[in-house]
Amino acid sequence: MSAKTRVNAKINGEQVEFLCEPRQSLLECLRDILGLTGSKEGCNDGNCGACSVLLNGRVVNSCLVLGVEVQGQEVITVEGLADWRGLHPLQQAFLDHAALQCGYCIPGILIASKALLDRETNPSEERIRTWLAGNLCRCTGYDKIVRAVQDAAARLKQARREVNS
Amino acid sequence: MSQDKHSLAGGTNYQVVGTRPPRHDAPDKLTGRALFGPDTKLPGMLYGKMVRSPHAHAHIRSIDTRRAASFPGVYAVVTAQDFRWNEDPGAKLDESAINFAYLQENMLAREKVLYVGHPVAAVAASSNHVAEEAAELVDVQYDVLPAVTDVGAAMRPDAPLLHEHLITQSLSKPGQRPSNVASHFQHVKGDPSQGFAQAEVIVEHEFTTSTVHQGYIEPQACTAWWGLDGNLKVWTTTQGAFGMRDQLAKLLHHPMSSILVIPTEVGGAFGGKLPIFIFLEAVAALLSRKANRPVKMIMTRAEVFLATNPTSGAYLKAKMGATREGRITAVQAELYFEAGAYPSASVIGYFGFAMGFMFAPYDLPHGQIDAYDVVVNKPRTAAYRAPGVTQVNFPAEQLIDELAVKLGMDPIAFRLKNVVHQGSELIDGTSHGSIGAEEVLRAAQSSGHYGSPLQGPHHGRGVAQGYWGNWGAHSSCAISVNGDGTVSLVSGSIDLSGTRTTVAMQAAEVLGLSLERIKSSVGDTDSIGYTEMSGGSRTTFATGIAAITAAQDVVSQMRGRAALLWGVEVQDVSFDQGIFTTHRGGGRQMTFAEVAERLAETGGPVTGRANVDPQGWGGAFGTHIVDVQVDPETGKVDILRYSVVQDVGKAVHPSYVEGQMQGGAVQGIGWALYEGYQYNARGDMLNPGFLDYKIPTALDVPMIETIMVEVPGPNHPFGVRGVGEIPIVPPPAALANAIYRATGVRVTDLPMTPVRILEAMGVI
Repeated sequence: MSAKTRVNAKINGEQVEFLCEPRQSLLECLRDILGLTGSKEGCNDGNCGACSVLLNGRVVNSCLVLGVEVQGQEVITVEGLADWRGLHPLQQAFLDHAALQCGYCIPGILIASKALLDRETNPSEERIRTWLAGNLCRCTGYDKIVRAVQDAAARLKQARREVNS
Repeated sequence: MSQDKHSLAGGTNYQVVGTRPPRHDAPDKLTGRALFGPDTKLPGMLYGKMVRSPHAHAHIRSIDTRRAASFPGVYAVVTAQDFRWNEDPGAKLDESAINFAYLQENMLAREKVLYVGHPVAAVAASSNHVAEEAAELVDVQYDVLPAVTDVGAAMRPDAPLLHEHLITQSLSKPGQRPSNVASHFQHVKGDPSQGFAQAEVIVEHEFTTSTVHQGYIEPQACTAWWGLDGNLKVWTTTQGAFGMRDQLAKLLHHPMSSILVIPTEVGGAFGGKLPIFIFLEAVAALLSRKANRPVKMIMTRAEVFLATNPTSGAYLKAKMGATREGRITAVQAELYFEAGAYPSASVIGYFGFAMGFMFAPYDLPHGQIDAYDVVVNKPRTAAYRAPGVTQVNFPAEQLIDELAVKLGMDPIAFRLKNVVHQGSELIDGTSHGSIGAEEVLRAAQSSGHYGSPLQGPHHGRGVAQGYWGNWGAHSSCAISVNGDGTVSLVSGSIDLSGTRTTVAMQAAEVLGLSLERIKSSVGDTDSIGYTEMSGGSRTTFATGIAAITAAQDVVSQMRGRAALLWGVEVQDVSFDQGIFTTHRGGGRQMTFAEVAERLAETGGPVTGRANVDPQGWGGAFGTHIVDVQVDPETGKVDILRYSVVQDVGKAVHPSYVEGQMQGGAVQGIGWALYEGYQYNARGDMLNPGFLDYKIPTALDVPMIETIMVEVPGPNHPFGVRGVGEIPIVPPPAALANAIYRATGVRVTDLPMTPVRILEAMGVI
């Protein structure tokens, strides 16, 4: 067993400190050390997207990032989307569109979709499909997921309009 | 129940059934709170890891575990020696004939390994990394044998034998000498040679389909904790908690009452997590007993591909004849299914399904189907959504399409001319009940998609139809009434995709309550009665009937309470849409909640319960229409438009039914165009990961249009019929037919990759 390293990072808005082995992935640190099991392991080689998190606002597969690499960085996981006031508009849209079946890929898909909608306010169907091509879902056939993301984009736009007026 | 005004049968004016309320489990699954198989965490928990064979076929000469056992952080090592072995091959459980010795050998090999990835030992250690390191220290010596991974090669007389004592059971008679052919079944109807003599057009081809995996994103994972009191607790991702418990009891020679199986949320299954075959749980239990600590085991993605239960590849020969007027006169087929490392046919019954449903959409006077179960050096095969039927639909529906072309008929019109109806007798001797085959074809024919023109060059439109028989089986449900008029519903059915909600919606309809007032949950094996696994598209049908029956039990007891409160006879109390009424004493009424508030003073708690075994369920038909564009230079297939038309009985939650139709179709698209195990001559799987075993991404498919045809299913109060499995069946044939119309060539091998299409076109 190798010596552990102390890591400080901002995770879901909270400054946290943890000890991890250099060989442990960010996904392992989130799940096994910090108890954030919302991020899922589907392949551990960067091909399924179930472990997607935001690292300084960028989508990454947390299975391909080492825990020690997030020293001083900012991470957002699926647990960071909703707050006590309720679901994030993306989560609400997925709920309303029945866009989940087993739900295992959904944390990664929500995170990837958030990264898209943080950048683009009105992505086309093609754009959403291209953006989500790194997130495998075996249950839904993607139809309702794509519709939910489109709807969430509209809701976020509406919310911004209300804030501005 | 004659006193209840609320009539269920044939009704259409439902309050809850047919609406689209949110799912009970959705918020947890959207916020990351839901706990799946890999998410279990217990005090002092260890991590288990299998030691797996690098050879596809070998004798085990020796296993030395000493170095692994003394590695720092290792708490236990187990091998086949730690099992008490079952030698009774005829032992029966869970209504399927299961050979427990095979099951144990598949979890921890005893004398031979039969595929790359076959477990030979397991270690439990303080972390996953330590367990991985220790697993590499287990020293296994092998005598390597020649491997065979192809059905055709495995059937040759000089093929290497996987099981030296396996004798073919042919039409229930044993063969003369050991063979890789485990069994041969046959169905005959009428006189096929006479039928072919009457035919004016005959089409015939050979086909192959690849081994494919269910591809659930959550790998197999479980945690076992064997207490010193002998009580074993297992948290696991399974399609059947009770089946799992009973298997463990048999495998570990332990009383069922001393085993508690706690089902976690399941991250996709599709037949791949049926408790019929188990891979980790018994080994985790052995490790836990030896280490005296809880042990968690999670498979890697490569382990899932190499060593769980993909579904059979097949070699298929099929022939079909028809008159010039378009009546099919005879069919004939030979089906050679790869079993994987151990005989499979009798266990999951895909033979019966393949043989029974291959030509089930058509009214045929003559037919013969022969099927063979052939062992090869690959992981043991099992069910994948409509097991056995997607493979055989691929040839059947291509021959139908070819006949339609040769006869100059519209492919749907040709199918309608031969379509089955209630009472039509199938080749296996069974008859169709109430079905919607013709209704589905007519809906497809009049759909906007089918009526639309094709847009450009190299475009083609394909159609295929399929049938899946669905299932009933045992379900248990209990409903407790709370003092505020809400109810708690527990069923034994694992919820794979929303059935907690579809089951509760049926209870809500009977109780006249809104769905928010029903808390619906999945029980563990100590908290509810025996319930069959979630499979065979049975849950909304059978567990729905359990929920309806339990709700009727609640209503009956609550009427008694209302009668007590009013001082009238129980037959003077009626119940409709959540209101109890009596005409006595000038007429009075109370809501469900008002009676619930007064349970304490009228005799105490009310719990309705039901244990059911419903029979006579209805099967499901689906017709798929697909438009493709095939690039003549690269052979790439683009799907331009896709429609699924299906008889759904009564759609309890239409969004979930659409989801099944869409998800099943896209799995079928993957099977058709991309997916397949690839092997080298040594028997190594070359693509055990999502990079090289490609499943459809969001970018590969269009929106999937759905048309739900509601022909009420028999023997269910709301007319529910199973909807989950049939949508995977037609896509490979529909796509093959579309590719034919686009290119003029028939592709008879799955997956229909660009290379195969270019080869068929003569480009390469």
